[in-house]
Amino acid sequence: MTGIAGQKSALSWVVNITVLALVVLWLIPTIGLLVSSFRDRDAISASAWWTAPLSVEQNFRVRAPAAETRAIDGGFETAIGGYEITGNIADLIAAETGQTGPVTITAFGATARAPVAAQPGEVLPLSRDRTLSITADGDYRFFAPAEITRDPSLYFAMEIPPSFDLDNYREILRSDGMDIAFINTLTVTIPATVIPILIAAFAAYALAWMDFRGRGVLIAVVVGLLVVPLQLALVPMLSFHNTIGIGQSFLGIWLAHTGFGLPLAIYLLRNYMVGLPRDIIESARVDGATDFQVFTKIILPLSFPALASFAIFQFLWVWNDLLVAKVFLPASSESWVMTVKIADDLLGSRGGDWGILAAAAFTSIAVPLLVFFTLQRYLVRGLLAGSVK
Amino acid sequence: MSPLLQGALTIFIGVGGCVAYFWASNVVLDKVLFPARGPNAGRNINRANLIRPWLFLLPALLALGLYLVYPVFGSFSRSLYNRTGAEFIGFGNYRIMLGDPEFRTALTNNLLWVLIVPAASTFFGLLIAQLTDRLRWGTVAKSIIFMPMAISFVGAALIWKFVYANNPDIGLINAILVAFGTEASIDVLQIPFWNNLFLMVILIWIQTGFAMVILSAALRGVPEETIEAAILDGAGPARVFFSIKVPQIMPTIVVVWTTITILVLKVFDIVYTMTGGNFGTQILPSYMMSYMFRDDGRATAVAFVIMLIVLPVMVWNIRQARKEM
Repeated sequence: MTGIAGQKSALSWVVNITVLALVVLWLIPTIGLLVSSFRDRDAISASAWWTAPLSVEQNFRVRAPAAETRAIDGGFETAIGGYEITGNIADLIAAETGQTGPVTITAFGATARAPVAAQPGEVLPLSRDRTLSITADGDYRFFAPAEITRDPSLYFAMEIPPSFDLDNYREILRSDGMDIAFINTLTVTIPATVIPILIAAFAAYALAWMDFRGRGVLIAVVVGLLVVPLQLALVPMLSFHNTIGIGQSFLGIWLAHTGFGLPLAIYLLRNYMVGLPRDIIESARVDGATDFQVFTKIILPLSFPALASFAIFQFLWVWNDLLVAKVFLPASSESWVMTVKIADDLLGSRGGDWGILAAAAFTSIAVPLLVFFTLQRYLVRGLLAGSVK
Repeated sequence: MSPLLQGALTIFIGVGGCVAYFWASNVVLDKVLFPARGPNAGRNINRANLIRPWLFLLPALLALGLYLVYPVFGSFSRSLYNRTGAEFIGFGNYRIMLGDPEFRTALTNNLLWVLIVPAASTFFGLLIAQLTDRLRWGTVAKSIIFMPMAISFVGAALIWKFVYANNPDIGLINAILVAFGTEASIDVLQIPFWNNLFLMVILIWIQTGFAMVILSAALRGVPEETIEAAILDGAGPARVFFSIKVPQIMPTIVVVWTTITILVLKVFDIVYTMTGGNFGTQILPSYMMSYMFRDDGRATAVAFVIMLIVLPVMVWNIRQARKEM
């Protein structure tokens, strides 16, 4: 329809490019987080995440051990005898930093002023007739005519291949207690998703298919409660929980999430149930089925899509919640959920440790993303039922 | 007992209890109280049917009443007392609050949020919905734009910390600035006034997907004939969009707009995680949390102010719902 003759191709190019630009814009921040979560702290501060797939060249300095000096006999062929140190750069790196693995030298030098003066394989002449040569795979030879007393410094540039590993994840899960937070989030989320569905389904059936006085008013109340700010409930309900002895606990947060999730649950389910075909329900009633039977045998199975929609909503909402968890769960670290853990602990104690923060954030959003991409259909359907009606 | 075990037990007791309640209460009603036999069978059936809806509704009404209706009054009455809750001070908390410059900052910032975030999200949502409508890879594009909806506000804030970071090797914005030749990197979250906009970008990033999904469905619902007629009359694509499609989906646009407005008034996570309300970025929900656990009187007063702001939308929502019934 939009393709009016002659303009179609130009217009569709513009549309394609605009959408592509928007998609990239939307995706970039998340990709930055994902990439950073696999890089270690040094790599993150040395180069930006968007250059992470490329090798970077970095300059290093190691000291050759003077203790390994060997005297060379001048003999017949060499005019001067002297002293030399030979070995491989990789061993020196291993001795200084503990990192092992082959090295690729791209340039080398012997002074801090000219750290990359020579190409690998060259013999670099130094002052007082000394020479240094380093090959591309790291073999070095330092030669001096006089005895070597101090460790000579070797400067070189090395290709650092892009490195991605799971160290950040390992660290947050093992030593930062993110594993406990993950389990706590799961513990909060599942009952807080299952219980409101059940309660809401019965209420929605009553509001959709049973005749009684005050039904209209109740529906209006539910619609009104949809927008009541959660903030109002925090202080009174926490003191109520304290009065009845629940206090700040998992039981308390399950109850709270149940209460806060109900208006949307009832609203969504009622809207869906009202649309179910009247004939089926009427004929079941004529056949002598009670309301309880109609509900369990007919309405519940038919309402599966709406139940799934709400379940996904509530799951995402509870999993991602920070406010309710901060107020209704104990403030001690063993009952932190992931959002609280990140916002109140990691951002403070690990503020500059970007790799750790990224891994923690990604751990907390991995499950919702999985749910989102596998069950997107139901989520969209629920959104539409909740808003367009 | 480990929380996980406790959780499993709660699901079991909760679900089992609910099922048992609904089943047992129905049995009691039908078999014990008003059995459908004997001389009064007819009257009993009617009576049972009068009571049954309330059996179905009882748990939901209890939970709604306790967690959403009671707090409106509970919070208001608590806000009339002092910090400890021992002394009645009338509207003292509100008076102190109005004199607090930080509260005024929070109020004006919140006003900015309410003006900008729903408008921008709806605009981008509508734009993307229209552009992807006839695109072959439109579903994939929409799926990606929609994705932030699944991410927590805390997670989103962290994601954007990597964009805003005050270090050209981490923060994308500073990397771009440095590439264009600025000398020192800047902390965008500390620029007065503009930092608010940078925080809003995060919520717009999340909410655009929501607006897009709903508006996209609404656009699909626009009758083809109206569009065809407009094209036959010589209207171009822009004209068709603004004069034919937008007016027809206006009710949906309003719903999306108000839904996001309500959300904006509740979200404290982003400000809390990004700036903690510093550098003049305070908004009402985060202002309230700064008093939570310290001064319940003040906290409830702020909550009630939020309620007052939401009230017109609530009334409008109820009237819409009643009209449809």
